[in-house]
Amino acid sequence: MVHLTADEKSLVSGLWSKVNVDEVGGEALGRLLVVYPWTQRFFDSFGDLSSPDAVMGNPKVKAHGKKVLNSFSDGLKNLDNLKGTFAKLSELHCDKLHVDPENFKLLGNVLVCVLARHFGKQFTPQAQGAFQKVVAGVANALAHKYH
Amino acid sequence: MVLSAADRAAVRALWRKLGNNVGIYATEALERTFTAFPTTKTYFAHFDLSPGSAQVKAHGKKVADALTTAVAHMDDLPGALSALSDLHAHQLRVDPVNFKFLGHCLLVTLARHYPGDFGPAMHASLDKFLSHVISALASSYG
Repeated sequence: MVHLTADEKSLVSGLWSKVNVDEVGGEALGRLLVVYPWTQRFFDSFGDLSSPDAVMGNPKVKAHGKKVLNSFSDGLKNLDNLKGTFAKLSELHCDKLHVDPENFKLLGNVLVCVLARHFGKQFTPQAQGAFQKVVAGVANALAHKYH
Repeated sequence: MVLSAADRAAVRALWRKLGNNVGIYATEALERTFTAFPTTKTYFAHFDLSPGSAQVKAHGKKVADALTTAVAHMDDLPGALSALSDLHAHQLRVDPVNFKFLGHCLLVTLARHYPGDFGPAMHASLDKFLSHVISALASSYG
């Protein structure tokens, strides 16, 4: 469970309402693959990931980023029950996809960088703090069913 | 993850652009670290950590100077940062996990202030550079 103060909840929902979830998803996933290239291990079927431009322009990366961030967006509506919300996805990532949960933390931090770039001045230290709590909560929830 | 010539060139170019503002950004990165990762405040119990604190600003300047030194010595970070590593390991005794929090907040600060420059390739180069700095800082531990 993530414990956000009323101010933090307000900061998160206020900023998130202005996010183009589809675009930010592609941006965040793309940057994950560029900044931490070993994460490409999960995406052999995605085609050309040979350069930053290739990654960022790759339609499969954009589509998958959209999927991932829409899922994250669902989590934001259920901050009081992240473990429940992400239980099935957690099982999937462990049993079928075999993704090291460390990657969830990496993606969370990349997302924070993308939001900072997008929002500039509005992404105050307090806003960042609120989002760090959220991404940590989502990462923990996604790791919860691992065995 | 070696620092390529392209990585070094990218970091140097951005640093030139930051000019005299490195202290301001390092201070903001510290503020972000204390806010987003409250456990880091345990090392600064003797500081006034309220917004605008002169102590945090002074500390930001120290961090900025160290980073500028690092940028100037990317071919030998362990050598250039060995005294700082000794200090953090043996006197300050800061757990190295905290270096990553500050590194991340530096990236966030730069993304916030230089959105046009903070493309994916620059993001990658900066992240690599900071990883190397962190490695060098942690080298005296144990």
